[in-house]
Amino acid sequence: MDNIFPQFPEIISTTLWTILKIVAIVIPLMISVAYLTYFERRVIGFMQGRLGPNRVGYFGLLQPIADALKLMFKEIIHPTKSNNVLFLLAPILTIAPAFAAWAVIPFDAELVLSDINAGLLYVLAMTSIAVYGVIIAGWASNSKYAFLGSLRSAAQIVSYEIAMGFTLVGVLMCANSLNLGEIVIGQSGGISQWYIWPLFPLFIIYFISAVAETNRAPFDVAEGESEIVAGFHVEYSGMAFAVFFLAEYANMILVSMLAALMFLGGWLSPFDFFPDSIVWLLLKVAFLLFFFLWFRATFPRYRYDQIMRLGWKIFIPITIFWIIFVGFMMQTPYREMFH
Amino acid sequence: MDNFCWVYDANAISGDVSLKNMFNKIKHYLKSLTLYELIIGLGLTGRYFFSKKITIQYPEERTPQSPRFRGLHALRRYPNGEERCIACKLCEAVCPAMAITIKSEMREDNTRRTTQYDIDLTKCIFCGFCEESCPVDSIVETRILDYHGEERGDLIYTKEMLLKVGDKYEDQIAKDRKEEESYR
Repeated sequence: MDNIFPQFPEIISTTLWTILKIVAIVIPLMISVAYLTYFERRVIGFMQGRLGPNRVGYFGLLQPIADALKLMFKEIIHPTKSNNVLFLLAPILTIAPAFAAWAVIPFDAELVLSDINAGLLYVLAMTSIAVYGVIIAGWASNSKYAFLGSLRSAAQIVSYEIAMGFTLVGVLMCANSLNLGEIVIGQSGGISQWYIWPLFPLFIIYFISAVAETNRAPFDVAEGESEIVAGFHVEYSGMAFAVFFLAEYANMILVSMLAALMFLGGWLSPFDFFPDSIVWLLLKVAFLLFFFLWFRATFPRYRYDQIMRLGWKIFIPITIFWIIFVGFMMQTPYREMFH
Repeated sequence: MDNFCWVYDANAISGDVSLKNMFNKIKHYLKSLTLYELIIGLGLTGRYFFSKKITIQYPEERTPQSPRFRGLHALRRYPNGEERCIACKLCEAVCPAMAITIKSEMREDNTRRTTQYDIDLTKCIFCGFCEESCPVDSIVETRILDYHGEERGDLIYTKEMLLKVGDKYEDQIAKDRKEEESYR
């Protein structure tokens, strides 16, 4: 890479340039998270026949800023007998992987912070770390509700990670690459070439597992406000709580982004006569995110044993079957369908 | 089959192996695999997304009120300006929350009048018994529902404050009483 800041030595200039790029990813991400909370409240409100927040600014557009300001000025309460170090470490452990995973996301053919070959593996590793934040939060709070929530969350995330991993295996078989950019390029040629068609069951399972991975309704047993108050973050307040909130929504955007990249052709346009652009990627992500909100407005929470049954006895067998099916089809004259 | 029953279709878990039952089982599995019920549910909320919203945007819009609405209290006067209250203390006696305090004295013209008439609105349960018990329609409850106090004691309304409310909203109060007259 050229030396962007010639007045500095090479190493400092590279570091500065990378930090600038990180900021350019994280700031829009934070803003999207803030406005995702706003749209969540509006969409769920609309689906319940209400209007949702519409008072702060035009159409309530300043609501997330007001919420953020409120949370910033609130006190962070440390429960008695909580483990202070772990108590503050937990939110950091939750949000750091949620942001770190964005390093390998290609927004465009050129626009990617770090174009590594094991991109998909890196994303899987990062999203798996997030469960530690939840477990540590529940443990450090010294509260039975938080503890129950983190136990449930640990079991759930571990179970659905397997099904999610298997669905990605299907994508790998089609794309012959772990590099997210190459996976997208493998889908070029219009809407008919997207991996969602040959891998349709895997896409559905990926998306449902993604909902479970992010602890969103109807898989929100880790929070379960009607049973265990707020689950793992019941003892958190102020900015520490806000960080958990941020991480949850950042994760939602991340898994939607991955779904868009792996199954919906990323930045590629669905029709040949439109140019490929980042706008397509953002549209696809917004479309998938709407489903998260739609699910939350529609489905009641799963019972714990049903979650386990769905993950282990339905998703994993179906994904394994479909992987074998894809592998089989690749040996037949129909392999063109699966590239 | 598992002993916890996750299948809503009882036929699907019974040991029945008849052809009809097999067909039902297959139908059931197809239904759950295609997420049939879930899509129906999403369709329902999806329709509501575009439905007319029932939110009343409060300060600008208000719900209709009955003439019998029981809000903030008021003491009324006769058209000649004489206060109606004759200090019979029926309202004080009937008040289930004991929110009313009355002291009375003889005025120069030998009529009995109140010297103190306090309603503690933090105690009041807005049952309307005081209004019902009043022989001269003096104490009434108005349609006012949004009022506030900023300091402790602000919500203990004295005789002067109640008379002021009555003077201000007399037209509305009189109209509501007139409307409900035949039912009393």
